Amino acid sequence: MSPAEPRAGLSDAALVSAIRSGNEAAMAELYDRYSGVVYSVSLRVLGDAGAAEDVLQEVFLQLWRNPDLFDSSRGNLAPWLAVIARNRSIDGLRKRRPESDVEDVFLSVEPDMAGEADRAMAMTKVRTVLGGMPAAQRSALEMAYFEGLSHSEISAKTGEPLGTVKTRIRTGLLTLRKAFQT
Amino acid sequence: MSMHEQFADELPLLAMGTLEGDDRQALETHLQDCAACRLELESLRGDMALLSLSTAGPKPPRRSRERLMAAVAREPRGAVAAKRSSFPRSSPRRSWWMLAPSLVAAALALMVLLLGRQNSELREQIAGMQSDAAVRRVELRRAHEIVSTLTAGDAMRVTLVAAKTPPQPQGKVIYVRERSSLIFIASNMPAVPEQKAYELWLIPSSGAPIPAGVFKPDAHGSATLVNPPLPAGVEAKAFAITIEPEAGSTTPTMPIMMQGAGE
Repeated sequence: MSPAEPRAGLSDAALVSAIRSGNEAAMAELYDRYSGVVYSVSLRVLGDAGAAEDVLQEVFLQLWRNPDLFDSSRGNLAPWLAVIARNRSIDGLRKRRPESDVEDVFLSVEPDMAGEADRAMAMTKVRTVLGGMPAAQRSALEMAYFEGLSHSEISAKTGEPLGTVKTRIRTGLLTLRKAFQT
Repeated sequence: MSMHEQFADELPLLAMGTLEGDDRQALETHLQDCAACRLELESLRGDMALLSLSTAGPKPPRRSRERLMAAVAREPRGAVAAKRSSFPRSSPRRSWWMLAPSLVAAALALMVLLLGRQNSELREQIAGMQSDAAVRRVELRRAHEIVSTLTAGDAMRVTLVAAKTPPQPQGKVIYVRERSSLIFIASNMPAVPEQKAYELWLIPSSGAPIPAGVFKPDAHGSATLVNPPLPAGVEAKAFAITIEPEAGSTTPTMPIMMQGAGE
């Protein structure tokens, strides 16, 4: 596979495999596909364009250095990158050493997000589902995910019992899952 | 959803990285042996990924792509260009002591450069080691999952045969000589008499049969052996199964119940 070869039609798995043999064009194609997802989640968590850009660099460089960390048999690349970007951003936000090991991030997700149209549809759906959630549930979910707050911290902030916060977070995630299973 | 309810509310917190202390430790210990909860954890991370999509919109600046591709082009590293410092030539007419302050400054600057370079090399080494360790941990995790699936007490084991064929005892050996690694999976095995067990034998190309593990099938006739102790690098001609005392034997007791040669 020559670096000049067009890669737009290749699957994520094929591109990751090309990266394994040091193909820079494959890396560029993956960046073009998913930099938006990675950057926007980092920006949402960090609220700072420069810091989000640093996370973006770090996440893609990590993929370049260790493509084997991504297991294509266990899910697709977009959600994997999104979760890693979120975790790294939370580490940055809380000024702590990377706590979440990349290698721990195995995930399975229902919709295929390899195509831009698939991602756009999924995005609209997620926003609709979030919009339909009770405000307290959505807020607990977002505080946990985008601010990295523990259930105790959320409980202290909202004055709600710990058990309620835990259940809200779980129910929120399951509501999202259910919306994509039907 | 099949998972343990006592952990149900905590799995999302672990997925988000916000579960701490004893709760986290207890859940992580549980996860090592519970495939259902591991699967649920993966699904929860998938749900989290969906949540990420709600942020989609802003695009990274163009320079970011250039920055990344420049960094990619620089890797693999190791060929960090040596930084050279150049000093103005001193006039031969000046006395050496007049140059002393600039020499000291130059020496200090050189030292800073050398230390800086050493520091960055050490950082690269550490990053490389961390990265290798991360890959090893992934491999280990995958291997652990394969083995735990193979050996799980509640695993469903199905042997497919031609239609209308009555189930036959079957054993499958996967043996890698270089690693002395062996996995054995049996199905439809008849129960063994009291105080007896099946013993698997590795029949080498030359020499006596080598014990390769003792097993008793479960109520469904299934059994598994994973990496029984074996001498290094033995070439196997065939494998066989006999019935032996529970503790196993060092030489097989006839008759041979099952046998098979390599394909």
